[in-house]
Amino acid sequence: MKVLVVDYGMGNLRSVAKAVERVAPHAQVVVSDQAQALRDADRVIIPGQGAMHDCMREFMARGLHDALLKVAAEKPFLGICVGMQMLFDHSEEGDTPGLGILPGRVRRFPADMFDAAGVPLKVPHMGWNEVLPVKPHPLWQGIAEQGTAGERFYFVHSYYCDPADQAAVAARTVYGLPFTCAVAQANIAAIQFHPEKSAAAGLRLLANFIDWQP
Amino acid sequence: MLAKRIIPCLDVNAGRVVKGINFLELRDAGDPVEVARRYDEQGADEITFLDITASSDERDIILHIVEQVANQVFIPLTVGGGVRTVADVRRLLNAGADKVSMNSAALSNPDLVAEASGKVGNQCIVVAIDAKRSADDSRWEVFSHGGRKNTGLDAVEWAKRVASLGAGEILLTSMDRDGTKSGFDLALTRAIADAVSIPVIASGGVGSLAHLADGVQQGRADAVLAASIFHYGEHTVREAKEFMRARGIEVRL
Repeated sequence: MKVLVVDYGMGNLRSVAKAVERVAPHAQVVVSDQAQALRDADRVIIPGQGAMHDCMREFMARGLHDALLKVAAEKPFLGICVGMQMLFDHSEEGDTPGLGILPGRVRRFPADMFDAAGVPLKVPHMGWNEVLPVKPHPLWQGIAEQGTAGERFYFVHSYYCDPADQAAVAARTVYGLPFTCAVAQANIAAIQFHPEKSAAAGLRLLANFIDWQP
Repeated sequence: MLAKRIIPCLDVNAGRVVKGINFLELRDAGDPVEVARRYDEQGADEITFLDITASSDERDIILHIVEQVANQVFIPLTVGGGVRTVADVRRLLNAGADKVSMNSAALSNPDLVAEASGKVGNQCIVVAIDAKRSADDSRWEVFSHGGRKNTGLDAVEWAKRVASLGAGEILLTSMDRDGTKSGFDLALTRAIADAVSIPVIASGGVGSLAHLADGVQQGRADAVLAASIFHYGEHTVREAKEFMRARGIEVRL
C-alpha cells in the first residue's frame, strides 16, 4: 500500500511520515509534492501547519489542485490541522479562499473567552483537549466511543472549522465554545488536532486511517 | 477541557542531558533520547530541549538528537538554544521539532520573532524570557546570553512586545529561583500570564509537586516546566499529574 504525505513546503511532514511508518510498517510511505504521486497513491494525507494563505499559495503553486479534487472524490483521504481547514470554502485567516470541497468557513477563536473560573482563555488553543465523537466512524475504533468522556489529543491552532453541513461533523471539542474538531464524509476525513503528536491515541487513529475501507 | 501541560526540560550540552544550578555547575543526567523516551512513557505532555552547548562546532549535534527523538517519541518537541536566524528555525523544524524557542536573538533583533512567525506560523515560535527581580525589587528585568547580560528591559513589557510580534508562547524562567528548588516566582508568573493572551510556561525553581500545582493555580501558567525533580527520579511525570489532579487541576492522565 502506498501512503502519500503531501509535501507543499508547509508543516512538519517528517513527524507525520514517521508516525505512519510506525503504525503501518508494511506500507510504502511517500513524501512528495508531485501531482502524479497523488494519482499513484492508495491513501493520501495532507498535513498542514502555518498560515492558511501561505499553505494555499504553496499548494496551488505546485499545481496540486485538480489532483487533490480527484483524490477527495475517490481515495481514503485524511486532512490534518490546516490540511483540514483548506477543505472548506473560506478562512478568516488572511481572508483566504479554500478548496471548497466541504461547505463552511474557518473562523478565529474570539478574543473574549473565559474558563469556568473566569480566567481568560489563551489563543492559540495549545495542548491536550478532549475529542468528543458525535457519530460513529472507523477512525474512532478503540479510541473514544460515542457518548463517553473524550480521549485527549494534541491541538495547536488559532482558527477552527465551522462546517455548513452538520451531517459531516464527526467530533467536537470545547474551548471557550464547542467547535468541530473532526469531519467525515464518504472517503474524506479531516481532523484539527495532530495525531502524529498525540502519543498512543494519535498512533491508533493513524492506524485506523490505514485500515479504513470507506 | 484543555489540560494544563507538564513539560520535562532537558538541558543538552555536547550531546548529553545536564542540569545546572543558577545557570552554572553542570551535572550529567543521561542520554537525551533515553531520557525523552522515559518521559514519554510517563505521560509527559511535551518535551523541551535547551541546547546549552557553548561551542558552535557542536551546535549541529542537537539536530541529530532531535531527529532521533522525533523518530521514536510522538509528542510535541520544543527546541531552543543558539537559534539566531529563520534558517536555524527551519532546520530544527525539519529535523522534527514542533516549536523553536528563541531568547538572546529575539532581544538583539525583535524583528526575528515577526519574521520567523510569519514564515512558519506563530504556533511554532516560543520566546524564552529569563527574568530576575531588580535590585530595588520594583520589577523584573530581562537577561540575555544565558543569564549573563542584563538588558534592562522590563519583563512584563517585553512579554507583551513579543506576543504582539507574533510569538505563539512564552517560556518564562525565573533566574532567582532556577535550580533552587524553592518554587516558581509566582508573582512574576502571574504578572506575565495576565499580561499576554498567549500561553505561558512557568519555569525555574520547582522542588516539589506542590510547586507545579501552585504555578498553575496561583501563577496562572498554562504549562509548567521542570527538570531536576524528574531527572533524578524524585518524582515521575505521572505522580506529578496525579498530584495536580488531586488539587483540582485538569490534566491528561
